[in-house]
Amino acid sequence: MSDKQLKNIKIIALCITIIVMLIAGRAFYEHRYFKEPVVLSSGVTEVKKLSYYFSPLKGTTNDCNIYILNSGNPGGTAMVIGGTHPEEPGANLAAEVFVENAIVNSGRLIVAIRANRSASTVTRPGDAYPRFYHIPTDWGEKKFRMGDRWANPLDSWPDPEVYVNYPSGQMLAYADIRNLNRTWPGKANGMITEQTCYAFIELIKQEKVGLFIDLHEAELEYPVISTIVANQNAQEIAAMASMMLTAMEFKRPIGMEFSPPALHGLSHREVGDHSDALSLLFEAPEPFLDRVRGITDEHLLLTGKDPFVMKAGEHGLLYEKIDEQGWPIDVRVGRHCSTILQVTQTYSEMYPDKVVTISNVPRYAEIIENGLGHYYYNPEKAPANRVVYE
Amino acid sequence: MTTINLVIMIIYHIISAFVAFVLIWSIIKTKNVQEAILYCIILIPFTLRVFHIK
Repeated sequence: MSDKQLKNIKIIALCITIIVMLIAGRAFYEHRYFKEPVVLSSGVTEVKKLSYYFSPLKGTTNDCNIYILNSGNPGGTAMVIGGTHPEEPGANLAAEVFVENAIVNSGRLIVAIRANRSASTVTRPGDAYPRFYHIPTDWGEKKFRMGDRWANPLDSWPDPEVYVNYPSGQMLAYADIRNLNRTWPGKANGMITEQTCYAFIELIKQEKVGLFIDLHEAELEYPVISTIVANQNAQEIAAMASMMLTAMEFKRPIGMEFSPPALHGLSHREVGDHSDALSLLFEAPEPFLDRVRGITDEHLLLTGKDPFVMKAGEHGLLYEKIDEQGWPIDVRVGRHCSTILQVTQTYSEMYPDKVVTISNVPRYAEIIENGLGHYYYNPEKAPANRVVYE
Repeated sequence: MTTINLVIMIIYHIISAFVAFVLIWSIIKTKNVQEAILYCIILIPFTLRVFHIK
């Protein structure tokens, strides 16, 4: 091969490399910086940033929006966070249903849609996750970032060899220093995910949150599924809510479980132990997360239908049932919405001086009947001052 | 801890930039077509790291 031919091949190879870099770089950049519009319901009285409660987070990826729905009437304060694990879309979608619809008639409701925002700017390497998913609405498709379980390494790197939870000293997997549900109650001078938990604890203390709810989804191979996990301070509420929902609303039961006292770093343990709030964590089934799943795409994410997961169920390898209907996103978000409403109602009945009354939020049956997208509003038709971005 | 991590992150980016530079230099200097193409492929993740994209 002549020098000229070699030179030409090198130039062509470099050009192709640059094109591939541009295509890949653009895809990564678009995902990381995509902004999701949120149309505020008339019940949202204020939108703060998380850094309001802990200034070192200011300007960071995890300086998420904090939506405050203040009735102006006496009562308690409930808080709901979605997006702890952004690969569990039922959580952030349910939180957004509250922000776009809820009216609070007594007390206050505080919502975070993307609690670990950094984790929503990356997907899991090697798992072929879609970058985005789309929910059909009455006015078109609404686009959301798909995320990962852990914060983006671009925001928190390197990981330690072993993550030691503060202040318990419990040793956890190295990557869990980026897992928002392993870093509670947080650490002021820790990595960004630890700082985020610290900021949330500060928020809970400063705003005197009485009831704290962390939304999740889980694979059907995992035993903690279709359940309310309760700190010992919230066991009665969880038990009552699970009985009411199972008896009155849900096709498949929702259980309740005790938060293990020796399992540290999780919200249902640490929020209850390090603040005055009663802490609960909800789990809905998400077949997309199962290791035995088939094609990992947006269809599986939103329909929850997978023949391989069904086959695992036939062999008794799952902790939740699944059939040809799958676990559609409407069902999962509907369960979260009804569970939040039921838990706040039970909380209000048990603590009459801390009543939180929420209206205008669809329950399980309504979401299934009308579709989840019916409860998201067109940001182009909304007044500019009522649209914020996640 | 965050300061140490920041320092490591900066050093890591400098190392990535150095490796990217060495790869480009190797592409220019090599007389082997396969090596040149291989270096081009290796160059992609290092460049994306240097620009803090992935």
